[in-house]
Amino acid sequence: MNVFQPVGRMFLSFLAAAGRISLFTGTAVSHIARPPFYFRIIGRQMVEIGYYSLPVVGLTATFTGMVLALQSYTGFARFSAEGAVANVVVLSMTRELGPVLAGLMVAGRIGASMAAEIGTMRVTEQIDALTTLSTNPMKYLVAPRLIAGLTMLPLLVLIADIIGVFGGYLVGVYKLGFNPANYLQNTWDFLEAEDVISGLVKASVFGFIITLMGCYHGYSSKGGAQGVGSATTNAVVSASILILCFDYILTEMFFAK
Amino acid sequence: MTEAAPKIRIRDLRKAFGPKVVLNGLDLDVGVGESLVVIGGSGTGKSVLIKCILGLLKADSGSVQVDGEEVVGIDTKGRERVNRKFGMLFQGAALFDSLPVWENVAFGLLAEKRLDRAEARDLATAKLAQVGLGPDVGLLFPAELSGGMQKRVALARAIAADPEIIFFDEPTTGLDPIMADVINDLIVKITREVGATALSITHDMASARKIAHRIAMLYEGRIIWAGPTADIDGAENAFVDQFIHGRAEGPIQMAVRA
Repeated sequence: MNVFQPVGRMFLSFLAAAGRISLFTGTAVSHIARPPFYFRIIGRQMVEIGYYSLPVVGLTATFTGMVLALQSYTGFARFSAEGAVANVVVLSMTRELGPVLAGLMVAGRIGASMAAEIGTMRVTEQIDALTTLSTNPMKYLVAPRLIAGLTMLPLLVLIADIIGVFGGYLVGVYKLGFNPANYLQNTWDFLEAEDVISGLVKASVFGFIITLMGCYHGYSSKGGAQGVGSATTNAVVSASILILCFDYILTEMFFAK
Repeated sequence: MTEAAPKIRIRDLRKAFGPKVVLNGLDLDVGVGESLVVIGGSGTGKSVLIKCILGLLKADSGSVQVDGEEVVGIDTKGRERVNRKFGMLFQGAALFDSLPVWENVAFGLLAEKRLDRAEARDLATAKLAQVGLGPDVGLLFPAELSGGMQKRVALARAIAADPEIIFFDEPTTGLDPIMADVINDLIVKITREVGATALSITHDMASARKIAHRIAMLYEGRIIWAGPTADIDGAENAFVDQFIHGRAEGPIQMAVRA
């Protein structure tokens, strides 16, 4: 019997955590839509998520675009399909790698710092202080971050798409010897609006997941410095896993016929 | 003073965390304009008591009335309205470290949109002066202040909205004896100036004697003794006697060897 005991306990605590996250999400979403809105904080979070993530996301996109061009060229050369390099780069970037890699990088950067900040506020009673000062912490702390995540990630990913394609172009033209005009023509010809839009929708969902996990784990952290530490870890790990899960689900929704 | 309608009336308040019973049928009245100090050892549920009144924790059962209005199980809107009567000084000051001091002080007023930012700044400066801090402090961030200054700023924040009831959670913890006395003086002065009712919790007897009109002792989830401050030394209660003299031997057994 003892074999089943820990399994059952794990299953129950998993269900409890899922329930808590669902309730938290419901409350948070209901606060996004209702006033008051803290525009000052929304703005600050937008700058934090959107602007300050640009270098990290930009570098990731550059190298991803470059390596995509190099890899697909060497791979496709085996069956003389080198001409498809430009298409592969642009489709992979916009549909898949742009949103996923930007999501994972931002999860590390933003998810961790949000969990640490809100977690510290929790253990130093700052969240309780908000409540006593006529301020709903869900509205003041969580909603602005969710709004910023939802809106900023698509913008970041749009920029990442462009930079990634440019990275592929650099390698394609200067290393692999493609004709610049042809390369751009190939990039443009096979790209459809749906490719870009699906990527941006993904980005928005990922932005929501990252900020939600950061806020949830920070908000429910307890037990001093150690609690804040594990909240930070949990925020990044759970956001990363959820991003990969939802990436599959969203791809299925967009492209499965 | 408890016969007239009390400011806060607590009856049979119960709160447990899992199997651990913290408040076990607690009764307490705080009269209008009175300063009541609840004393008790660490971990006896003093903070839980305040958090139940403030609605930061949900009481399991029992009744808490503020000005005759029941607040246990009150809806969110009602809770926000009742909490406007409250000011709270947290144990660790709990200042928002992303905001400058003046914005911390005026936070509640800005949140309720009672003032615009320029007015809020003037008011914060005035409140800081009330706790003995100059206007230049308002521009600093909480991390740049010493512990005693942070407590003062937190005190200024607690009184900024002219609350009817102020809660003090261990106001002198972590301060040197002189700074602790300065804070005690400020609490006495300010509650008198604002005309507020005060409910404090502490285990610092010097502080309790200084700020309390009345003292109540919390032990095992109930009030086991309550009376005017002057009577505490003559209290014929072995628990109170042990606590105020700080003896390790006595009826209260600390769970040091858990």
